Amino acid sequence: MQFIYPRSGGHDMLILNCPYCGIDADETDLHSGGQAHLKRETIGSQDTDFENYLFNRDNPMGVHFERWRHANGCGKWFLAARDTTTLEVFATYPAQTLKPPQAVVNAIKKKHPDWKGWP
Amino acid sequence: MSTRLPTAGRLIDRTTPIEFTFNGKGLRGFKGDTLASALLANNQMLMGRSFKYHRPRGVVASGAEEPNALMGIGQAGRFEPNQRATTTELFQGLSAESQNHWPSLNFDVGVINNYVSRLLPAGFYYKTFMAPRAAWKHLFEPIVRHSAGLGKAPRDRDPDKYEHFHIHTDVLIIGGGIAGLQSALAAGTSGAQVLLIEQTPHWGGRAPVDGAKIDGFSADEWIINTIQQIENMENIRMVPRCMGAGVYDHGYALAYERLTDHAPELGGPRHRLWRIRAKQIITATGAIERPLSFAGNDIPGVMLASAVRDYAVNFGVSCGDRTVVVTNNDDAYLTAIAMKNAGLNVPVIIDARPQATGPLGVQARDLGIRVETGKAIARVLGGKRVTAIEIADQAGQGATLETIPCDVVAMSGGWSPVVHLWSHCGGKLTWDEANAHFRPDPDRPPTGADGEGFVITAGIASGVLTTAEVLSDADAAGKAAAKAAGFSPKRSAGPKAKDVLSQPMAPVWIMPQGASVKKRMKMWLDFQNDVKVSDVQLAAREGYESVEHTKRYTTIGMATDQGKLSNINALATLANSLKEDIPKVGTTTFRPPYTPISMGVIAGEAKGDLFQPLRKTPIHGWSQTHGADWEPVGHWRRPYCYQQPGESVPDAVNREVLNTRKNLGLLDASTLGKIIVKGPDAGKFLDMLYTNMMSNLAPGKCRYGLMCSENGFLIDDGVVARLDDDTWLCHTTTGGAERIHGHMEDWLQCEWWDWQVYTANVTEQFAQIAVVGPNARKLLEKLGGMDLSADSLPFMHWADGKIGSFDARVFRISFSGELSFEIAVPAGQGQAFWDTLHDAGQEFGLMPYGTECLHVLRAEKGFIMIGDETDGTVIPQDLGLNWALSKKKTDYMGKRAQQRPHMQDPGRWQLVGLKTTDGSVIPDGAYGVGNGKNANGQVNVIGRVTSTYYSPTLDCGIAMGLIEHGPDRMGETIDFPALDGAVTPVRAKIVDPVFFDKTGEKQNV
Ligand SMILES: [Zn+2]
Repeated sequence: MQFIYPRSGGHDMLILNCPYCGIDADETDLHSGGQAHLKRETIGSQDTDFENYLFNRDNPMGVHFERWRHANGCGKWFLAARDTTTLEVFATYPAQTLKPPQAVVNAIKKKHPDWKGWP
Repeated sequence: MSTRLPTAGRLIDRTTPIEFTFNGKGLRGFKGDTLASALLANNQMLMGRSFKYHRPRGVVASGAEEPNALMGIGQAGRFEPNQRATTTELFQGLSAESQNHWPSLNFDVGVINNYVSRLLPAGFYYKTFMAPRAAWKHLFEPIVRHSAGLGKAPRDRDPDKYEHFHIHTDVLIIGGGIAGLQSALAAGTSGAQVLLIEQTPHWGGRAPVDGAKIDGFSADEWIINTIQQIENMENIRMVPRCMGAGVYDHGYALAYERLTDHAPELGGPRHRLWRIRAKQIITATGAIERPLSFAGNDIPGVMLASAVRDYAVNFGVSCGDRTVVVTNNDDAYLTAIAMKNAGLNVPVIIDARPQATGPLGVQARDLGIRVETGKAIARVLGGKRVTAIEIADQAGQGATLETIPCDVVAMSGGWSPVVHLWSHCGGKLTWDEANAHFRPDPDRPPTGADGEGFVITAGIASGVLTTAEVLSDADAAGKAAAKAAGFSPKRSAGPKAKDVLSQPMAPVWIMPQGASVKKRMKMWLDFQNDVKVSDVQLAAREGYESVEHTKRYTTIGMATDQGKLSNINALATLANSLKEDIPKVGTTTFRPPYTPISMGVIAGEAKGDLFQPLRKTPIHGWSQTHGADWEPVGHWRRPYCYQQPGESVPDAVNREVLNTRKNLGLLDASTLGKIIVKGPDAGKFLDMLYTNMMSNLAPGKCRYGLMCSENGFLIDDGVVARLDDDTWLCHTTTGGAERIHGHMEDWLQCEWWDWQVYTANVTEQFAQIAVVGPNARKLLEKLGGMDLSADSLPFMHWADGKIGSFDARVFRISFSGELSFEIAVPAGQGQAFWDTLHDAGQEFGLMPYGTECLHVLRAEKGFIMIGDETDGTVIPQDLGLNWALSKKKTDYMGKRAQQRPHMQDPGRWQLVGLKTTDGSVIPDGAYGVGNGKNANGQVNVIGRVTSTYYSPTLDCGIAMGLIEHGPDRMGETIDFPALDGAVTPVRAKIVDPVFFDKTGEKQNV
């Protein structure tokens, strides 16, 4: 029999590897920066596109891409691909990319063959 | 009565008596007693009152699951409410008081709630307090305030010390019963680092009480041998009195060690919070016995069968003279047998099952104990103590067959594995039909960063119930954890145990099955929060189908025991009411901590001076010795004003304002953020960050700039100086330096990573001192050095040079409207430079000034302050700062957002000055009211005050505020109702926000 239990809230303590300095950083060393790979909308954007950019974020149970800064460390921003329900971290990678690198996509597909994939 | 037996008590030392007090009365126990066992030994069964009905309550359990025996323990600053008597070790001089009663435990006025309980059903709070509105203030609120909360809060500061302790380990084992011990041994032989923690002071758990036999030894002997083996292994660390409080992401766990609660004379930290990172976690957390739901099951003397046995075997305490056992399983027979063997009277075992033919049933009968099968307790008689029970058929509606006098009812509804720690981080459960409990599903454990499980259960926590199964499960768990942590466990056979075969249990959720409503209203599920079977059934009838909603509606499981006893019975009751399967209804969420932990241990060392780091400017020490009245600004402390002897704070501020306007003021501005932005693309980058143009600023010049977020709202402001061709120095607000530096890095690293720009936060590299007032130039010229004449250094210019012997960078900028030089020197020179200015300035009337004077000076000039005029919802256009919005630039952060319809709304509140008609000062935060009322019948609000001060310069109250159509309403008068409810509002006229020297004559000299 399957049930869905919400995860306990409050005291989350992920470990993410900073791809710049190589350190396995506790969540207390990191600042989270929300969803990754947003496209900046600006002058010339339609109101709906711009408002989506400002306000609408994915909140999936499953594969998610996030921005993190090694704030109490090397200071660099990096990105993480992880599963919000199992807490599995598929990869962390430098922020200077518009989409997840192919290796990251492959790592996710390996664990989640039915993942819809990067658009 | 409950009393001490002449023999037995494996945990107490009868040669060491201990004196303690309960509600002021002196009592005696033994070393090794818990407060609960010592009270029972003194015939004190009544230990508290329930939360809602103030019903008399006795101890029910013998461990962490105890819902009733909550005490206030200690005195003065060491007083602590809601401590469980069952987990409080007795020590010399312990003082305990019972809770939730007035005036006394025996006679309590609040028990009136009990007699009107028919009027206080589930959801009573939500239903009753809806209307009428006026009843709230005069009727409901005083009642709720008086009766809210359990226990009393301590009044004095806690004098004890607490600490945090960080540790990494390969395997963490939570629970030191025989399962935890065997797991530790199995994992430890692989060489893995093992941390084994146990919440009680004793190792081995309940196995000795149950009379287990392991490898031919008694449980006690086996435990001693095993501890010996473990102690000989350097890689295993055992910590008693240490509770596993929570399991979190990626192998993080919290444990709560109580170091001196049992022996206050030891000194050192009282509690320690272990912050653990484990590769693997084993939960060997055992199981908790469930109560049975029969009428009157909350009367003192009704206890868990296992607890009655614990008190006899562990503490040599009999809970009463005549113990009736009521059960749906074989385990409770052990209690009957133990009582009988201790020479006590067991009038009857009431077994809800149709027959009792297992070996224990046979043994009980052989001892001469009467066993009644297929029977139930119809109701318990008694008030502050059980006096008798009535027997009925379990299958019937509760017609009394017989009344049996007794003073203890030992009940057992079966056992539920402690799944809390398994569940905290997402471990899933499965319903075990045979044992009628939820147990961890080993195929769906909490998972770590690699996607693999990192928690394994061991022993009864896995859902296995016999000693043999417990030990083999624990052995396998230890080996599996070591392997998963990267070690090679030795192949070895685990210990062997022989168990008496037991007859299967039968789930019984209500006793008797067809009990009337009247009976169900006396069947307690949650003893602490007073939730009964009838309450849960009512919730189901009223449409609460989700167990989470039912929990909140009835408050079941929401007391300090978090429903350790009540959860399964409650959801079985809910499931039956909804005619659903129990697993379909599911459980509520298990949240850490497992049992409450002290506030002190959460704070750890972070209190007093160590609460947070303090940032100090180079001039901090001087200010400290010159009357600074400190104000926290971020982690900085800044002087609010410098008080002279005998002077009040407002007088000091007024003196500083008048002196700066008339003579000369000195301000420590070192806290202002200073960020260097450098590189070939630095100008382009700053043009994106600021609303106005920075790339065309000439080297040697300064410009005031605004920063907005992508949402268009103001986030910071400050003066930018161009140092050379590819270098800018950006000043930020005091609180904004780190935030704005992070903001810059975010955009440079994540959006414009191909732009060649470097940033450095140099805030603390410089001391910055503002020399302000008509005599400012005279002072600097007296010191000699660089040319600071109006021609050489005009307003909004900067220059490097020497002032006296100091290397200085001088910015000719003003936040006061006065002739003003902000001078940066290397931080190490800050104090010497300040001293030089201070001494040389005396002949010009120099006085230092603080942040409040700074505020008054800027408000008199109508300068905005981030955080006062802005609150995260204000755009530059609201503040009349359109002049700082570049029309030339195609893009900057916030530009697109400011084109959104709401940002263009002419009805947005806009900045104006406010001058009270009677010269008084408008209260801070006051709202301006307009005509008419809104749809809710409230007075229409048309604006609010953002800054308000007494201006000594103008000798009247001045303010700034955001007012609807403000700039178009110059000269109109607006009412600001006083915050204290005074009848007459403060009236203010809308005026220009620049109150003083509108043409800038004073600063441009
Ligand atoms: Zn790093």
